[in-house]
Amino acid sequence: MKLELRGVTKRFGKFTANDSIDLVIEPGQVHALLGENGAGKSTLMNVIYGLYDPDGGEILLDDAPVNFAGPGDAMAAGIGMVHQHFMLVPVFTVAENVILGFEPTGKSGIINLKEARKRVREISDRFGFNIDPDALVEDLPVGAQQRVEIIKALSRDAKILILDEPTAVLTPQETDELIGIMRQLRDSGTSIVFITHKLREVKAVADKITVIRRGKVVGSADPTATETELASAMVGRSVSLGVEKSPAVPAETRLAVENLTLLSDNGVPLLEGVSFDVASGEILAIAGVQGNGQTELTETILGSHPSAVGSIKLSGKELLGQSIRGVLDSGVGFVPEDRSKDGLIADFSIEENFILDQHDREPYAKGLSLDLAAIEDAANKYIEQFDVRTQSSKALGSQLSGGNQQKVVLARELSRPLQLFIASQPTRGLDVGSIEFIHKRIVAERDHGTAVIIVSTELDEVLALADRIAVMYEGKIIGIVPGNTSRDILGLMMAGLPYDEAQAEADKHTTILAAADEDSDNPIGGAL
Amino acid sequence: MSVSSEHAPAPEAKAPEKGAAPSRWTTALRDMASSSATVIIFAILGALILAAVLIAAADPTVQKTAGYIFARPADFFKAVWDSVSGAYSALFRGAIYNPDAATFARKIKPITETLTAATPLIFAGLGLGIGFRSGIFNIGAQGQVVLGAVVSAYFGFAFNLPVVLHLIVAIIGGFLAGGLWAGIAGFLKARFGANEVIVTIMLNSIAGFLMSYLLTTTAFMRPGSNNPVSQRVADTAMFPKLLGQDFRLHWGFVLALLAAVAVWWLMERSVLGYRFRAVGFNPDAARTAGIKVERMYLYVMLVAGGLAGMGGVSQTLGTEGVLQEGVAGSIGFDAITVALLGRSRPAGIVGAAILFGALRAGSPLMQTDSNTPIDIVQVVQALVVLLIAAPPLVRAIFRLPVPLKEVAA
Amino acid sequence: MSTATALSPNSKSLEGTILPPISWKGPITYTVIGLIAIFGFGLTVGGGDETNFVLSASSDAIKFGTLVVPSRALSVAIGVLILAIAAFAAYGAAKRIRYGAWLPSLVGVLGIISFLVWSGAGKAESLPIPLLLSQGIIFAVPLAFGAMAGLINERVGIINIAIEGQLLAGAFTGAVVATLTGNPYLALLFAPIAGALVGVLLAFFSIKYKVDQIVVGVVLNVLVIGITGYLFSTVLKNNKGTLNTPPGLSKIEIPILSDIPIIGSVLFNQNILVYLMFAAVILLQFLLFRSRWGLRLRSVGEHPKAADTVGIKVNRTRWINVMIGGAVAGLGGVAFTVMQGIGFGKEMTSGKGYIALAAMILGRWNPNGALAAALLFGFAEALRGTLSIVGTPVPTQFLAMLPYLATIFAVAGLVGKVRAPAAEGKPYEK
Repeated sequence: MKLELRGVTKRFGKFTANDSIDLVIEPGQVHALLGENGAGKSTLMNVIYGLYDPDGGEILLDDAPVNFAGPGDAMAAGIGMVHQHFMLVPVFTVAENVILGFEPTGKSGIINLKEARKRVREISDRFGFNIDPDALVEDLPVGAQQRVEIIKALSRDAKILILDEPTAVLTPQETDELIGIMRQLRDSGTSIVFITHKLREVKAVADKITVIRRGKVVGSADPTATETELASAMVGRSVSLGVEKSPAVPAETRLAVENLTLLSDNGVPLLEGVSFDVASGEILAIAGVQGNGQTELTETILGSHPSAVGSIKLSGKELLGQSIRGVLDSGVGFVPEDRSKDGLIADFSIEENFILDQHDREPYAKGLSLDLAAIEDAANKYIEQFDVRTQSSKALGSQLSGGNQQKVVLARELSRPLQLFIASQPTRGLDVGSIEFIHKRIVAERDHGTAVIIVSTELDEVLALADRIAVMYEGKIIGIVPGNTSRDILGLMMAGLPYDEAQAEADKHTTILAAADEDSDNPIGGAL
Repeated sequence: MSVSSEHAPAPEAKAPEKGAAPSRWTTALRDMASSSATVIIFAILGALILAAVLIAAADPTVQKTAGYIFARPADFFKAVWDSVSGAYSALFRGAIYNPDAATFARKIKPITETLTAATPLIFAGLGLGIGFRSGIFNIGAQGQVVLGAVVSAYFGFAFNLPVVLHLIVAIIGGFLAGGLWAGIAGFLKARFGANEVIVTIMLNSIAGFLMSYLLTTTAFMRPGSNNPVSQRVADTAMFPKLLGQDFRLHWGFVLALLAAVAVWWLMERSVLGYRFRAVGFNPDAARTAGIKVERMYLYVMLVAGGLAGMGGVSQTLGTEGVLQEGVAGSIGFDAITVALLGRSRPAGIVGAAILFGALRAGSPLMQTDSNTPIDIVQVVQALVVLLIAAPPLVRAIFRLPVPLKEVAA
Repeated sequence: MSTATALSPNSKSLEGTILPPISWKGPITYTVIGLIAIFGFGLTVGGGDETNFVLSASSDAIKFGTLVVPSRALSVAIGVLILAIAAFAAYGAAKRIRYGAWLPSLVGVLGIISFLVWSGAGKAESLPIPLLLSQGIIFAVPLAFGAMAGLINERVGIINIAIEGQLLAGAFTGAVVATLTGNPYLALLFAPIAGALVGVLLAFFSIKYKVDQIVVGVVLNVLVIGITGYLFSTVLKNNKGTLNTPPGLSKIEIPILSDIPIIGSVLFNQNILVYLMFAAVILLQFLLFRSRWGLRLRSVGEHPKAADTVGIKVNRTRWINVMIGGAVAGLGGVAFTVMQGIGFGKEMTSGKGYIALAAMILGRWNPNGALAAALLFGFAEALRGTLSIVGTPVPTQFLAMLPYLATIFAVAGLVGKVRAPAAEGKPYEK
C-alpha cells in the first residue's frame, strides 16, 4: 500500500509541530523518518494514525484521500503503529492485548479466547517471536513487549507499519533482531515507517530516508549518504559532537560503593552486589539498556531505598542508611533521570525551584520563615550564570522549555560545594545547544575536582563524556572498562556478556551498527 | 561555537502528551484559580437561578397556574415571581439585614448570625484548604469537627479552672483532638500509603458512632438524665460574646480570622508551608530534594485536623454550650465546598464561609416566611461549587468571554 | 584496548539467598483472633452458662428445635481450632505456600460464631440465626448494588463517590413511581433511570469538564440530598398517600430449594431484588472478564491511551459505563423504600453509599469480593439490631464501626494488597 502526505500541518496553540509536510511511502519499503528529539516525527505519525486531527493538508492511501476520525479508522485502512511508549495494558494477557478493539466474539459479545490465542500463535510462529499468549504483559521483558505490539499490528492486517523510536529500549543485539524482523516484513510486502534519531540504524535498514527538522521536511536521502551529511541535515548546521575535554586527572578515591544489593518489594533483585569506585576529578559513565538497575543505583546512593544493603562510602563516610537530606548535605549533587517528575516542580516559580533542596537554610530561610528577597537575588544570579531563557524569575517552571528546565535543575545542584555529582540522562530530549552547554558544565565540574557519575542509555553520550565506563545488566555491573571501549564490546556487555567474552564475540560478529561505525567518517557522532 | 540561535523552546515540552503530569489537586486548583472573580459571581448567580427553578416548581400556586399557563400566562409568571422573590427576600432578611424588625439590634442581628454560622466553616475550611494545597484530599473534616467538639466540651464541663485558662485549655484540647484524629489518616498514608480519601470517609462515620457512644456514658451524660446530651460547658470555658448578650456572635469568630492570617503566613511565608506546597505540587521532586514527604503528610493532617477540630470547638464553646448529636451538623461537608469555593486560599475561604454562613443563617426565616425548606441551601451550595469547578460551563451559560491565557494554551 | 585490571571483580552470586519476604500478617492475625476467642469470649463467661440458637424460621418445612450449647466450652474449642489454623498458616507462610481466600473466611466465620456464643451466654433469649441471616441479606442489597456501581465506574477509570446520591435518587424515584402506579415492579425500571441521571452529571463534569472526580462525587451527594430533601419537604410530605406510600416487593418462594433447612428460607424465599442482586453479581463477574464490553471497559480504566490507539473511544466508553454504574446504584436504592414497602425519608441512605464504596475496596474491585464484603457488612448490621434487643456486652456503636474499621485496615494494606485500576481519577487527554 502506498501512503502519501500532502501539506500536512499540525499546531499546538502557537507552536507548529508539523509545517506542511509532504511525504510518500512506497509499498514494500522501509522508509526512515530521521530527526532530532522534538523535530515533530511522533506528532506526524500520530496524525497519520488518526490520534491527532491535522490542521491542514491531506493523507492519501493508494492515491485516494482518506480522513481518519480516530485510530480505529487508520487501523481499518491498514495502518498499524508501534508506539515509543508501548500501548499495552500491563494487567492484561498477551492475547487480551492483541485482540483489544477487534475481539473475536459471536453475537453474544463473549470473547472467544481460543481464537484469540490462535491469532497470537500464528503470527508469533510465523516470525519466530516465541510469545506465550497467556503471559501477563507486565511480566514480559521490554523486547518481548515490543514483539507483542508488532503482533498486535500484524494481526489487524497492517499493510503499513509505523515504528516509533523502536530501538530506544533495546540492546544493540536486540536491535539487530528487530532489524531482521523489519527486513522480513518488508520482503513480505509490508511498508514500514521507521522513526528514529539514530543515524546508524537508518543507514543499516532504510531504503529511503526523509529528514525532518523543526516540523519541516528538510530533505531526503539514500542510505548511501554519509552520516555527517545526515547529521547536518538533521540539526541544520555542521556539528561537532565530541565534547572538548582534557584527559582526566583522577586524584584520591572519592566514592566507594561495595556489594550494594537491593530487592524489590516482591523480592526480585534490582541491584545485586554492585561495587565500583569513582575518583575525584573523574567521570564514570554508567551504560546499559534502560531498566537494568541504573535508576535504582543512583536512587540508592541518594538514599531513596533505605532497604538496600552493602556500603556506599563518600570520602570515607558511610552514606547508606542516611536520609536523602543527609546525603545531599554530605555534598552530593543529584540530577534525576526524569526532570519533570523528580527534578522540577512545574507549578513552582523558577525562584522556588532554585531553592528546592536549600529552602530551609541561610540565606533563604531565617528561622521559620522564608527570606523572599534573598531567594529572588539568588535566582537572578543563577539565571544569568546558567543562561536560563526566561522573562522573569517569577515564571513557573512549566513555562520553561525542556533545556531551560534542565539548566534550572543543574544550576540548583551545582550551586553548592560538591564532593560527588550524579546526573542521570542529563540531556534526554534536549536541543543540541542545551546538550552542549550541559556537557561543558559537567566536564567543568569534573575539572573542579568533583567525582562525577553520569548515567546514560545513549552510547554516544557515554562515549563523549566518560573517563571510565561501568556497564550494568540486570542489576549487576557486568564490567568496568576504559572510556574508549568500542561500541560493539559495550553493546555485548549491555546484553550481559562479561568483558572478555564480549571482546571475543565482537571480533567474530560485527553488528550492523558497528559496521556502519566502521564506514563512518565520524567516530563518535551519530545519535543526537 | 556559537549556539545562541539554537535556544528555541524544545517542542517536546509543549506537546500535550509530555510535561509534568500535574497531580489531581493541582489540576483542580488550577481550574479554580483560572476562574476569575467574574466566573465566581456568575456561578453564584447561576446557582441561585437554578435553585429558583426548583423553588418555583415545588410551589403549589405555580403548579396550579401552570395548568392554565396558555390561558393566563401572567398568573403563572406572577406566581413564579412571588415564590422566588418571597424565598430569596426572606433569605436576605434572615441573613443580612431585616428592615421589618422592631429594634436596630434586631435589624442587624441577621448579619451577626451569618458570621456566627460562618465561624466553624472558616476554621474547617482553612484546614481543608491546607490539605488540598498539600496534595491531600481530606474528606474527613466532619469527623475532625466531631472530635474537636467532643474533647473541648469534655474539658469544658469536666475541668474546674479559672477564667481564660479554662477556655485556653478547652481550645487546645479540641485542636489536638481534631489534629490527632486526622493524624490517623496522615499516619496511615505516610506509613502504609493508605488512600486518605477512603480513610477519612471511614473515620467520619467512626467519629459519629464514637460520639453516640460517649453520650451514653456517665462521664458525659447529665446526672439523672437519659438523653444523649452532655453536661453544660462551664461559663469559664465559653467564648465571650463579641457584641454583648443580645447577639450569639462570639470571640471564636475573631479567632477564626486570626487563624486565617496565620494560615496565610504558614502557606506563603514559612519554611514548613513551602514544604507543604512542594509536596502538594510534586511529591517526587520534593522527595528527591530531601524533603521528607511522608512526614509532611502527617504534619499537614495534624494542622488541618486541628483547624477542623476548632470548628467543633467554636460550636461547643461558642454557640451550643453542650455536646449532643448533631452538634457538628454538616460543617465538615460544608467546609469542603467552602474550601473549594475559596480556592483553598485563606481570604477566599473566609469569603466563602460567610456566603454559606449567610445561607445557613437565612434559611430558617426563609422556611417560616415562605415555606421554602432549608434543603434548598444544600442545593445552592452544591450548584455553586459545581459551577465554580467548571469555568468553561459558566462561560458557556452566560456567554462570558474566554480569558486570553486559555486561548493561547 | 582495556586491560583486565579495569574490570570489576565478578560480583558474588546471591542466588538462593534472595527470596520474597515472608508475610506473617495472616498467622499473627489468626493467633490474635484465636486468643480473643479463648480468653475474651470463652473464659469470661460463667462455667454453667449456655447459649441458645434458633435455627429454623417459623415458615420452614423442616424445623429444628432450639440449639443449646455450653458457652464457655464452645468458645474455647473454637479458639483452639483457630489457633490450630494459625499454626497451619504459619507453616504455610514459612514455606511460602499461598492459600486462597478460604482460610481467612473460615477464621472469620469461626470468630463470629464464638462472638455470638459469647453474646448470648447465660441469656434467656435465643439468637435467631435465620432471622439474622435473612436480615443481613436485606441490608446487604443496597451495599452490593452500590459496590457494583462503584466498581463499574472505577474499572472504567471514574471514581464514583456519588454512590450515596445515586442510591438516594433511586430510593426517592422508586418510592414515588411505585406509589403513583401502585406497581412496585415499575420502581425497578425507574429507579435506575434516576441513578443514571446522577451518573450523567458525574460524567458531564468529570469527563467533559475534567473537574476532579472526587470533588464532583462529594458535591453531587450534597446536591441529591438537597434536591430529594427539598422535594420531600415540599411535595411528598403533604401528599403522603398519593406520592409516598409505595407497595412493597413481595417474597417469591422458589419451590424445593426454599425447603433446605436453615439457609433455604434465607436464600430462596426472598423478593425479586435480592435475586437480582445475586444475578447481577454473577453476570457482572462473568462479563467483566469474559466479554468484549468488560475487556474494553477495563482497558479504558487501566491504560486509556492504549485503548484509544486500538480505536476504542475512551470518553464514550466512560460516559456509557458511568451511566450504567449509576443505573445499578439507582436500582439498589429501591432497597431502602419499595423493597421494604416503606416511604421515602430525608437522607434515608445515611451513609450507605460510603459503606458500599468500602465494600468495593474490600472486595478488591471484583463483583464476587464486593458481594462478600456487602454480605459481611449487612450481617454486621443485622447483628447490631439483634444484639440491641438481646442485650450485648459490647456497645452497639462499636459493632456499627466494624465495616469502617475493616476498610481502614484494608486500605492500609494490613489485610493484603489492594490495587485500584491504574487510570482511575485521571481525565483522559490525547
